[in-house]
Formats: sequence, C-alpha cells, structure tokens
Amino acid sequence: MSGGDPLRSVVVVGASLAGLSAARALRADGYDGAITLVGEEPHLPYDRPPLSKELLVGSVTPADIALTDADDDALHLDWRLGRRATALVPARGAVVLDDGEELAADGVVLATGARARRLAVADGRTGVHVLRTLDDALALRDDLLGGCRLVVVGGGFIGAEVASSARARGCDVTVVEALDTPLAGPLGPQMGAVVAALHGDHGVRLLTGTGVAAVHGSPRVDAVELEDGTRLPADVVVVGVGASPDLGWLAGSGVAVRGGVVTDARCRTSVPRVVAAGDCAASEGLDGGDPTRTEHWTHALEQPAVAVAALLRGPAAPAYAGVPYFWSEQYGVRIQFAGVRHAGDEVRVVEGDPDARSFVAVYGRDGLVSGVLGVDQPRVFTRLRRELRNRARDLAASA
Amino acid sequence: MQRVCDLTDLQDGGSVRLDGDRPVAVFNVEGELFAIDDTCTHQEASLSDGFVEDCLVECPLHAACFDLRTGLPTGPPAKHPVRTYRVEVLDGVVWVAVREASDDASVDAA
Repeated sequence: MSGGDPLRSVVVVGASLAGLSAARALRADGYDGAITLVGEEPHLPYDRPPLSKELLVGSVTPADIALTDADDDALHLDWRLGRRATALVPARGAVVLDDGEELAADGVVLATGARARRLAVADGRTGVHVLRTLDDALALRDDLLGGCRLVVVGGGFIGAEVASSARARGCDVTVVEALDTPLAGPLGPQMGAVVAALHGDHGVRLLTGTGVAAVHGSPRVDAVELEDGTRLPADVVVVGVGASPDLGWLAGSGVAVRGGVVTDARCRTSVPRVVAAGDCAASEGLDGGDPTRTEHWTHALEQPAVAVAALLRGPAAPAYAGVPYFWSEQYGVRIQFAGVRHAGDEVRVVEGDPDARSFVAVYGRDGLVSGVLGVDQPRVFTRLRRELRNRARDLAASA
Repeated sequence: MQRVCDLTDLQDGGSVRLDGDRPVAVFNVEGELFAIDDTCTHQEASLSDGFVEDCLVECPLHAACFDLRTGLPTGPPAKHPVRTYRVEVLDGVVWVAVREASDDASVDAA
C-alpha cells in the first residue's frame, strides 16, 4: 500500500451506504481495477433510516429498502458478504478476513460504520434489543406485539423513532433518558425539550435524569429497574444508547485511531493509500478543529467520493466541505437539522411556533447562523439550509 | 400547457408546486426553469419542498436526489426517475406542458 503505481485492486471494508458509495465513486472517477466489498452482514447494502420507522411499523419490506439495483451489475463489484475483516496488513498489501482469506489490496477504503452500544446489565435476556441492522429490526418488529409494554433506554433519535413506531403499533411505551433533556447534544437543551415533548403529546411516558440500574427476568425480560428505584414492567426493551465504531481489528496496522479512524479533511488516514469515510471516520474539518465523527446518512453518502478522490489523486483531490444534515421522523412530525450546534449558542425561533410543533429555529452567535432546526417546516428550513451551504462554499472557495 | 405562476413569483433558487392528480414542481435554478413530478418516487414527499444544489433536487424526506434536467435519481434511496416537463415563459408567465392535462380539470397554480 505504498508507491506511486496506479491502483489495481481496492478493498472496501464495509458494505453499507458508505461502502457502496465508495465503490460507485471509484467507478464514476474512472477507476477500472478490481473492487472487493467486504460486509459483515449477510445482506447486500440496504437503507438504514427506515429500520426504526417504516420497517418497524410494517409499511416497507426488506426488499423495498435495498440500495443496489441492476445498474450496479455494471460496476463489477466482487462481494464478500457475511465476512468480517480481522486485520489490515499494509506491508503485505492485504486485508485478512475471518475465514482466513487474504484479499490483495493496493488501496483500502475503511467504511465499517459503527455498532450499536449495548447495556451490560440487560444482555443475555430475550426481549432485549438494539437497533442497528436489518436483522435487529426484523427481530424487534416480530417482538413488538400490540399492547406489549416497551421500555426504550435512551431518548436520542433512534430511541425516539422506535418509541414512535411502537406507539403506532399500539404498544405501551416508556422512554428512559439518563440526561435531564433528551437530544440536548444535537439540539441543545431548549430545543431538545421541545422535540422530546412529542412523546407526551402522543401518549408515551418520558422519564429523564435517571439511568438503568438493573434489568430483571430470565430468560425473558420482565422489568427494568431505574437508578431512582422505579420498577418498570417490560415485555420488550430497546437499548438505544448510541453507536461506536469497531476499531480493534486495526490494531497493529499503523492506522491511527481515536474514537474513530483519524483522517485529514481528504479522508486520508495515517497509512498511505488507506482512506476512511462514513460513521467510522473521525475527520478533520477545513477549520483545523479536532477530528470528529459524523453519523449522518448524508455524510455516509457524500464523504466516500472525497475519500476515493484522495485515494486516486492524493493531495490534489478536494477536501470535504459538505454542511452536516440529518433528519428524523417521529409521530408523523418531520425534524430536520443542518449545520452545527455549539455549546452556548443563542437559539432563535424564526418561523412558526414550538408549541404548535411546527417551527424553524436558528443557532449561532453574534448574528452568524451556524445551525438550523426545522420541525414540520420543510420549505423555510430548506431555504436556510441553502444559505448555510452557500456560505460554506464561499468559505471553501476563499480557503 | 398549464399556467404555473408569474415569473416574478418564481425567483432564483425558488420552487412552485402545481397541484393536481399528478402534482408538478417547477424550479428556478440561476434563471433556468425546470419542471418535474412533485412527488418523490421513493416515498410520498413533495420535491418542491426539497433542497436544490446545482441541477439536483434533494427530497426533504429521505434525501433522495434527482437531476432536474433528466428526472433521473442520482443515488440512493430512490431508484426510479421522476417525469420531466417542458417549461415556457410567455409574457412574464410560467407555463408547463403537463401531459394528460385533459384528465385533470382541477389544476390551479400553487
């Protein structure tokens, strides 16, 4: 994985949105060598956002959320599905798989995503779920019977979407959030509270400021005990406490990791001809700030093209300059966020009314808007998102 | 041809929805007008509420992206194109050539 010879074999480790986007970008960029995609799951790439929403309520099937189609046959991709990469050996130009196969690679794209974090006190019982993969979602869907009592641990976006979907299916739902305000990280305490109020609006109990002390029942869960002593009867528990990348397999590879695979703004890692993109990458921004991981769908879609350009052309390739964007749907309400929120930002409602659950708020300081939140206001939100994008482009052009 | 709106009501960067059985979204991208089906082929959402970048519109619901010139999806999660329509400006009024317009008497400008 060194030298200046043109690449002839690229291994993409990770076969979800970022991995598939990398493979497509390689071909779109004119690369005509071998591409092998390694995916730990047995499935071809599929779209994850519906897992907590449409797939759980049953309005889409696994076939509906496939990301590949007949056009991808022309990309001549070599798949290794249901296989896990266990080592990256740059000196040999090899990616080693769990069955011992060694894939020759003179370029590597790391797009391994992230794994759902678990709750040690809940593990080992039936009825306890995480939600990250299609198989997770199908197992949860089959367990969510109408009238069942669901406890969701974690009031973040996944937890809130699961609560919403389960409510739509007639479950009795309680959300437990360790922080005083759900979504305070991405949205700030003020707007986090506004969005979290959707739970109460729709008959879902929200308990905040308390963690989970114990989970009872064997082999099937029957109750969740909180740190404040509350005991919540539960037929099903969903643990939605975030995700973290699996980095252990990179030990000894020379690839620097710090909460994620550390990259520059062009997605290049500390090892030549190894790039990283999507949820697993902790990338520097153009502003030279600390490398940060971004777990957004749009990021996993767009960033791989930057990684691939850097793989093919090195420092001549452009840096990633996208404006972060994510969305959520809960209880039929569409939540959109673009840009970034900093601690201590001023938050101003510029359209609509939070009490009506239809509004747009901007985040920033000194009159400069750095983030936009839209709740059931796609038009105004989109206009402000465009302004953020235009400013980011101007900055990138003047950099 | 269906009347959409006055050109002055469709500024650069703006979009207008033409309601009907098959709603049409009309966009102004740096002075050039484009018309496509308003309903995303991925799931029910209005593309006229979408985010326009260059000649692409991104659906506000799931970020499916379509080329305004061809109607083709440029990436996941959409797999099917939207239809495109011819747009004309006559005396400051925007018109769209809506096929099967005779099936739809209730069309009016949004």
